[in-house]
Amino acid sequence: MNGFARQRYLLDFTVASLMRRPGRNLSLLLVYTLVVFLLASAMLYSQAIKGKAAALLRDSPEVVVQRMEAGRHALMPVSYLERLGRLRGVAHVEGRLWGYYYDPVVAANYTVMAPDRDGALPGQARIGAGIARVRGLAPGDVLSLRGYDGRPHAFTVAEVLPADSELVSADLLLIAPADFRAFFGLPEDVYTDLALAVTNPAEVRQVARKLAERLPDCRPILREEVLRTYESVFDWREGLLLAVLAGAVCAFLIFAWDKATGLSAEERREIGILRAIGWETGDVLRMKLWEGGLISFTAFCLGYGLAHIHVFHAGAPLFAGVMRGWSVLQPHFALTPQVDALQLTTLFLLSVVPYTVVTLVPVWRAATVDPDSIMR
Amino acid sequence: MLVLAPALAVFFGAMADALSQGEAADEAAMRTEVAAWGLTDLALFTEARYTRHPTQADRHAAFQDHPGALEHFPSGALMPPPPLLREPAGP
Repeated sequence: MNGFARQRYLLDFTVASLMRRPGRNLSLLLVYTLVVFLLASAMLYSQAIKGKAAALLRDSPEVVVQRMEAGRHALMPVSYLERLGRLRGVAHVEGRLWGYYYDPVVAANYTVMAPDRDGALPGQARIGAGIARVRGLAPGDVLSLRGYDGRPHAFTVAEVLPADSELVSADLLLIAPADFRAFFGLPEDVYTDLALAVTNPAEVRQVARKLAERLPDCRPILREEVLRTYESVFDWREGLLLAVLAGAVCAFLIFAWDKATGLSAEERREIGILRAIGWETGDVLRMKLWEGGLISFTAFCLGYGLAHIHVFHAGAPLFAGVMRGWSVLQPHFALTPQVDALQLTTLFLLSVVPYTVVTLVPVWRAATVDPDSIMR
Repeated sequence: MLVLAPALAVFFGAMADALSQGEAADEAAMRTEVAAWGLTDLALFTEARYTRHPTQADRHAAFQDHPGALEHFPSGALMPPPPLLREPAGP
C-alpha cells in the first residue's frame, strides 16, 4: 500500500470515528469556530481600516508645517510662506486655511476649510454628506452659522459632497477664503498652517530637518508620520479588542486542553483494539493527528469565512463600535476586503497547530501501553 | 473530503471575494479630494480637534502625546455616546 492510499484510508477511518461521537465533536467544532471567528473579525477589521487609511492618505500633503507658540498650534504669518519657498529642495508651498466650528443645533463639530485653488464663490458653501444629513440640507438651502463676532453668517449650499466620500469629507464645510477670514475674524496676513511639496521625495526628511533649523518655532509633520499615526491608532484599538477577547481565548484553550488530553474510556478502548488488531503506534498517532487537524482546520476555514462575511458584508456589528468609535457626524463607508498572507498564516498557526499538537500527547501515552491492559 | 467541503467552500468563497475586489470606486473619489484639498485625516471621530485630526494635534497638550494615549472623549473607548447626543435635534 503506498503512502497516499494509506493516509486516505486513515482519513476515512478518522472521519468515521468522528461521526461516532457527533455531539462531542460538533460542540467542540462550534466553540472552536466561534473563537477563530472573533479573532479573525478583529484582525480583518483592523487590517481593512488601516489599508483604507493608507490608501486614502497617500496623496495628503508631503509636509505640513505648523507654527508653535507656547506649546500650542499658532497661526502662520504669510511671511513664512516666502521664507520656506526659498528653502532648497522645496518645490511648492501653499498656505492652508482651516478650522473648527461647533454647531450647537446638532451638537457637532464641523471642519471648515477654504481651499485656495478651488475657486469657491463668496457666500456659497459645499458641505459634507454628514452635515447635510444632520442638518437636513440640500443644494440651494441656506446654512446660517454664528461667526466669531456673534453675528449670523449665511451660506448658500452650492453642493453636497458625494456620499461615497464620507470617510474623508462627512464633516467638511468648504467656503471661500474671504468668507473664512470674515467668519473666524482672521487677518489677511496669516494662514492656519502651510503645506509643502518637495522636489525629491527621497529627501523629504532632510528638507524637514533644514526647515526645523531655519524656523525653530515651526514643526514639520511628514506624510509618513500621518500614515504611521493611523497604523498606530488602529493597532491600539485592535489590541484593546484582543485584550478583551483574551479571556474567551483562554477559556477555549482550557476547554480544548481538557477535551484533547482527557481520553475517554471508550477512546482508550478503541486505541487498545486498534493496537490489538495490528495497528502500529505510528498509525494510531497519525489517525489522531488527522482527527485534531480535521477539527481545527474545519474550524479555521469556517471561522475565517464567517468573519469575512461579518466584517465586509454585514458591517461588523460586533466590533464597529470599538474600532470606529462614535461621533455625531459618523461617516458611512464600506471596507474593502484584503488578503494579507502574514495575517492569514499567523491566524492559521495560532488556531490549527496548537490543538493538533496537544491531541498527540495522551494518544501517544495510550498507544504505547500494552493493548491488553487498556482493554481490561 | 465531503466533510471538509462546506468549510472549504466558505473559506475559498471569502478568499475569492477579497481577491476579486480592486480599488473600490469610492477610494478614487476620496483620493482626489484628499489631494485637492490637502486633507490629512479621516473624518471618523469629529468630537474634538485632536480626535478629528490626530496627526495634526498639539504635541505638548495633555493626552495628545501619542495616538495610544488615553482619550478625554470616548471615541475609542467602549462606552456609548451620551443619550443627549443620540437624540435627534429639536425643532
